[in-house]
Amino acid sequence: MKDRTLIITGLIIFIALVAFPFWYNMGKASPQPDLVLTAKAKAAGACVMPTAYMRANHMHLLDAWRNSVVRDAKRVFVNPQGKTFNISLTKTCLDCHSNKAEFCDRCHSYASAEPYCWDCHLDQSKENK
Amino acid sequence: MNVKYMYSLLAVIALFLIAWIGSAIGLKPLFGIVFPYVAVMVFIAGFAYRVMSWARSAVPFAIPTTCGQQKSLPWIKPNSVDNPTSTGGVVLRMILEVVFLRSLFRNTRMKLKESGNKLAYNLEIFLWVGALAFHWAFFTVLFRHLRLFTNPVPGCVELVEKIDSFFRFEVLYDAVKVALPGVYLSGIILLLAVTYLLLRRLFIPTVKYISQAADYFPLFLIFGIAFTGILMRYFLKVDMTSTKELTMGLVTFHPTIPKGVGSLFFIHLFLVCVLLAYFPFSKLMHLGGVFLSPTRNMRTDTRARRHVNPWNYPVPIHTYEEYEDEFRDKMIEAGLPVEKMPEPQPAEETDKKESHDG
Repeated sequence: MKDRTLIITGLIIFIALVAFPFWYNMGKASPQPDLVLTAKAKAAGACVMPTAYMRANHMHLLDAWRNSVVRDAKRVFVNPQGKTFNISLTKTCLDCHSNKAEFCDRCHSYASAEPYCWDCHLDQSKENK
Repeated sequence: MNVKYMYSLLAVIALFLIAWIGSAIGLKPLFGIVFPYVAVMVFIAGFAYRVMSWARSAVPFAIPTTCGQQKSLPWIKPNSVDNPTSTGGVVLRMILEVVFLRSLFRNTRMKLKESGNKLAYNLEIFLWVGALAFHWAFFTVLFRHLRLFTNPVPGCVELVEKIDSFFRFEVLYDAVKVALPGVYLSGIILLLAVTYLLLRRLFIPTVKYISQAADYFPLFLIFGIAFTGILMRYFLKVDMTSTKELTMGLVTFHPTIPKGVGSLFFIHLFLVCVLLAYFPFSKLMHLGGVFLSPTRNMRTDTRARRHVNPWNYPVPIHTYEEYEDEFRDKMIEAGLPVEKMPEPQPAEETDKKESHDG
């Protein structure tokens, strides 16, 4: 009988742990965040690569850009449409997407991704304010 | 060709195809909403049912395993962990068993030495290493997945993610670009460990001989889950925010099927659902069973304390003394020896005689 009380207690603790996501998020609907495009980004119309590619692979592009500048000193990127861009996070990417908090951070914090861009780069939108 | 693993493999392939075709022909709500809820309910109800049926079972005998000296005379040193006579010792042994799988560490292999006829017991450590890697990696992977089921993500989950993705393996050639976002070691270790545990069952003849379809099926299933997970994260790039919207919808009871969630995710989710629903009715219940094993959770104080079998019912007993009391006269008449002579006179005389003789 004493054993059974112990077993039931253990079972209840286990079920409570399994159900953790259900009670932790109780009553908090969490739809995916809306990204805000700045006026400049909207005006540009297209990013360096198509949106679908950027959504999935922007980290590869940024890393390839970093390696090309830091290791090979190549600062020119030509996209499939033949358009050239200056390879620079601060001067190219953040020129349009100057709203890090509403563009980068929203998805990253929603998905709990922590890119190490900002270990080195400055968030200039914050600096200006 | 072994029927046992072929059936399991075919079953997992069939599940894979069912989820793929199902999500492609527009059954996404079924695979993304109905099955996950059903699977979680089956898991919890089935788990509780199995544990409670074990709790109701009798423990007729004290059968703790002993792996060291039992507590006996004061000058003999007892092994209080491997032969625990106290509840504290049992708890400690249980923790070591659950966390470090110590009983697998004891695995030995009997071998005849080539020189002469000497028998040797070699430490067979690979099962222990493989199982340890598998269980810890699986737990880490499971814990990391909380980031998809919590918003905001708790700090401890973020910490585990950070440690797990500590090493960076960015491969950035024009042709091959992999390992971004950061590689989680636990996922890779899980895949390698499950592969090892599978190959072990396939290629070691003695292990293969005792392996059933029910042993292969969870291995193939977990392989499929780890494989699709890795494929989604590093290669086919599932849309993370849409995926989290789906998973968050499930745990907040506002289920949605957002656009942009690919078939691969539904395959992964369906395999996980199958694992959850299959769990309580399979060998995987060792998750709960390890805590309820009499060989592990009983004290080895069998000599100090009597274990009463709950099956014992009151048995009418007739001791020899009572038997003799009932039949003494008849026994004496028949000349049978009795332990207690009746009191009459002649008996007293003989007693006296005897004492004189003495």
